[in-house]
Amino acid sequence: MSTYEPVLLARINKDQSHTLDSYLADGGYDAFKKALGMAPADVTNLVKDSGLRGRGGAGFPTGLKWTFLPKDHPGPIYLAVNGDESEPGTFNNRILLEKDPHQVLEGIAISCYAIRSNTAYLYLRYEYGGAWRALQKAVAECYEKGIFGKNVFGSGFDLDVRLHRGAAAYICGEETGLIESLEGKRAWPRIKPPFPAIEGLFRKPTIVNNIETMACVTQILKRGIEWFKSIGVPPDPNNPRDAGSYGPKLYCLSGHVNKPGCYEVPLGITARRLIEEYGGGVPGGRGIKAVVPGGISMGFLAPSELDTPLDFNGPGKVGCLGLGTAAVVVVDDQTSIVDVVYNCARFFAHESCGQCTPCREGTNWMQRILHRIRSGQGRMEDLDLLLEVSNGIGMMPGTTICGLADGAGWPVKNAIRKFRSEFEEYIQSGRSTIKPSELVGAH
Amino acid sequence: MTVLSDELKARITAEFPKYPNKRAVTLPALHMVHDELRHVSVGAIRDIAELLELHPSEVHDTMSFYQFFRTEENPLGKHRVWVCRSISCGLRGGEELLAHMCEKLHVTPGGTTEDGKITLEFAECLGVCDGAPCVLVDEDCVPNVTHEQADQMIAQLKA
Repeated sequence: MSTYEPVLLARINKDQSHTLDSYLADGGYDAFKKALGMAPADVTNLVKDSGLRGRGGAGFPTGLKWTFLPKDHPGPIYLAVNGDESEPGTFNNRILLEKDPHQVLEGIAISCYAIRSNTAYLYLRYEYGGAWRALQKAVAECYEKGIFGKNVFGSGFDLDVRLHRGAAAYICGEETGLIESLEGKRAWPRIKPPFPAIEGLFRKPTIVNNIETMACVTQILKRGIEWFKSIGVPPDPNNPRDAGSYGPKLYCLSGHVNKPGCYEVPLGITARRLIEEYGGGVPGGRGIKAVVPGGISMGFLAPSELDTPLDFNGPGKVGCLGLGTAAVVVVDDQTSIVDVVYNCARFFAHESCGQCTPCREGTNWMQRILHRIRSGQGRMEDLDLLLEVSNGIGMMPGTTICGLADGAGWPVKNAIRKFRSEFEEYIQSGRSTIKPSELVGAH
Repeated sequence: MTVLSDELKARITAEFPKYPNKRAVTLPALHMVHDELRHVSVGAIRDIAELLELHPSEVHDTMSFYQFFRTEENPLGKHRVWVCRSISCGLRGGEELLAHMCEKLHVTPGGTTEDGKITLEFAECLGVCDGAPCVLVDEDCVPNVTHEQADQMIAQLKA
């Protein structure tokens, strides 16, 4: 077991950890006061120099994103905080918001000050009822104590934090889909450019950041750049474009493991260590068939790839889409990969927003082809058809507006490439693994 | 004739100062109406549109995008129960749990029991993968639900 002492999750097991009193007793909002004593540009530079990269999936450098805002804009500038955590396997935002909402709110306050925004909207997915209640209470406490509102801590800085509740749609986690949803419209992602930093929420410059990123901002202000950079993986010297993978990360471990949970570990742990040291291995001592490295849209690691470091570069080197949300889902060797891929395909077919035809149709085609295979009616050419569809939909082939379709195609193409012989054997056998229970629940 | 009570309308208009325009209150307004009436009727859409200075079709456009909101023809029961079937729950018995609850309640996913007490839904990842399979009952998620616990849950919700 690593000797790393959790920071982001340090408070979650404390009694009343969600209350302001408990947070203040642990030095809460001192980092915000510290930021208020600095120039906004200096706070931005601090975050930029820390090497913090967004925790929501894409891994874009946070401080750099902030500098994309137009200089000397008369305002308003908005911060939209993305709490629409819906990637299957991911639940770290829920834990942060339920158990330590003030750590996130402090990061929001600091970020608003840095980007010269007086209003932040926190968009929370509907399903997180407990987090919603915790946030409502926490925000009310902050207004009561003058941490939010006019002239906070006598600094002359005004800050409003508004909570906005989603309505159970995965696409609202896409930053421009979130913006459209917040504006009261259907959550159809926008064509970029213009990027939100130029024209975002209510047509004003907007920064969209993830919940865990906000918690990291709090800790960077509190503990400094050196602390942050002492954790994780430095940039690859052979890759001038690599920004490194610094800092702690909340890995969500679930599926076939003995101890599923959210574990805070320095970026770069391997999937094998995470599963064995933290997850206590696979139940019954069974073997591993495949591992999702960071939410299902990132694809799969084969058993031979378990020593891949789960940093921003590792999964990409073995054909996965990236680190994603660092949600690690373990699939044991008793499970058919065809069933797992079908589950993924069904998710994306259900969650495609329907705006772009290649995604709307492609995700449904993939689900139906996989259903045919699982019905024992599969044909060998179905595998190439699946590859054709999965390679043809998404931002990378340039056929859709947002990345949902890339994420939908990735598990399919990864699985067929890495487990082709199993697919072929499945189709040849003509068997069906559709469970009777699925027929009852079919919708 | 209006569908929404004055009290509900007042709660909707109280949201206005939080946003730079009234249209942004569409989702909060739909939630308030949906929570209270268990559906959003055409009349309610008209009322919301009037308050928000929108065309009713704009409110309906947003509402119908989210499968979350129910129409008058298909209202929610007293309690809404979502059973997760996404990957982590699917690997740990989520499908079987959903089927079990369908059979117990004599409904298919999306349906409401005859007594109007429970609406059963399948869910895509509820974000409680460390407690798979999980079930969201109204506002609260219950982790690691066995079939026996599901039966108890049903009995409590029906009581």
